[in-house]
Amino acid sequence: MDNQKRTMNTDAVISIRDLRISFGEYHVLRGVDLDLYQGENLVVLGRSGTGKSVLIKILVGLLKADAGTISAFGQRVDTMSKKELDDLRLKIGFSFQNSALYDSMTVRENLEFPLVRNARNLSRGDIDRAVEEALENVGLSQTINQMPSELSGGQRKRIGIARTLILKPDVMLYDEPTAGLDPITCIDINNLINEVKERYNTSSIVITHDLTCAKAVGDRVAMLFDGQFQRVGTFDEVFDTDDERVQQFYHYNFVE
Amino acid sequence: MNTNTTATTVAPVTKPGRFGRMLLTLGDVAGFVGQFFKEVVRPPYEFREIIRQCYEVGVRSLPLISLTGFITGIVFTNQSRPSLAEFGATSWLPSLIAIALIRALAPLVTALIAAGRVGSNIGAELGSMRVTEQIDAMEVSATNPFKFLVVTRVLATTFMLPTLMVYTVFVGLLGAFVNVSQGEGTSFLTFINQVFEAISFLDIFSSLIKTFVFGFTIGMVGCYKGYNSSKGTEGVGKAANSAVVTTMFLVFIEELLSLQIVNAIRAV
Repeated sequence: MDNQKRTMNTDAVISIRDLRISFGEYHVLRGVDLDLYQGENLVVLGRSGTGKSVLIKILVGLLKADAGTISAFGQRVDTMSKKELDDLRLKIGFSFQNSALYDSMTVRENLEFPLVRNARNLSRGDIDRAVEEALENVGLSQTINQMPSELSGGQRKRIGIARTLILKPDVMLYDEPTAGLDPITCIDINNLINEVKERYNTSSIVITHDLTCAKAVGDRVAMLFDGQFQRVGTFDEVFDTDDERVQQFYHYNFVE
Repeated sequence: MNTNTTATTVAPVTKPGRFGRMLLTLGDVAGFVGQFFKEVVRPPYEFREIIRQCYEVGVRSLPLISLTGFITGIVFTNQSRPSLAEFGATSWLPSLIAIALIRALAPLVTALIAAGRVGSNIGAELGSMRVTEQIDAMEVSATNPFKFLVVTRVLATTFMLPTLMVYTVFVGLLGAFVNVSQGEGTSFLTFINQVFEAISFLDIFSSLIKTFVFGFTIGMVGCYKGYNSSKGTEGVGKAANSAVVTTMFLVFIEELLSLQIVNAIRAV
């Protein structure tokens, strides 16, 4: 990799260079370079176990990389203190694969949780309004007093997204947003991701192996193979290749 | 090119042996306990969650504690009667029961019931939260999950256990009184008089301190096992099971140590 490519991109909201991480004897990420630009949806594609989720977990400090540099909003993430990292986390929303709603809390309490703890000067009325607005934006106002166990998979995903949006982040990270959902609900989620981008002016990284989702939401697509991004570009650019692995990925999704 | 390869295999990493793993675990536990003491004094404080946990640990344990405490009082009285009767000393039953209940039975019964009910519950709940990424979700929303989940639960068990122990003593004495009043026709006033004559300040104080430590142990072990749970649903089951087994083992060790300490104080 030449030095110019390894240089941090100052125009990017998030810039990753030569990121490496291993779990025991497995080298999962082996020199990842990536830039996320303001207002774009970047889809990260790859097979299961290639380190897609690991990548965004490193971004928010849930995992620590073995080597490499990450910069978000012009600040180095990998050298941040706990306080600085918490401040950064308020700007980055993370939507988990299984929604990760708090089982023991109602939908209202789930949404209030980050707000109450990070905006302590808000009045009860402000909190209620923010919760209602967030639920309205994902079209699930009626679920406000329900428990997560009473919701469908698609509703849980939407509530999970609403919970991250309540802090009005600048960047959204979606981990497998359509995994385990029926095709109609997948379309709803894809539309929601695009609506979030428009309404909140967010930049997003969408981790998925669902090409329909990638095509629907991705401004750019990055394919992760063998611990590195092998192809980055628009959806059509990425799949316009004879690379056997890329074609196999495409055919399994669209043909078979 | 092999399209099935998702990661490259390299030279295997040397794993620590059994002694090495034990040292690593001890270091991990020490770090966990150390973090508790660091976080417990640092604002913000989760008062609402502490109260909710106190309710879970204290109020929700009352039915089970009432039943076991009452039965313990009856059974202990019944089993002690024949031995005292041989010496014509059944009138000492209230004193004997009071001392036994306060010094050992009530703290142990309370701790074991709490370990089974509360310890396993904490281990399973936090374990489940770990494997379903709920703890990670708290972390990425800039909330300190350790403070919200661990500190609140450990404080609740630490302060509710002595309270539950005092309650167990009263319920146990009630059970004993029912038995003694039927067997020996002892009046309530005489029973209470004998109970208070038999117990000392050291008995009460040492038992309170002891259950304070038991409570801390139950909360800390449950939280440690659950918070560090892994391997999916299997890990959740293991966390709950291991929390109970480890806590019970530690409670008996602590009981033995406290006995030695109190005996040494009595000797002085």
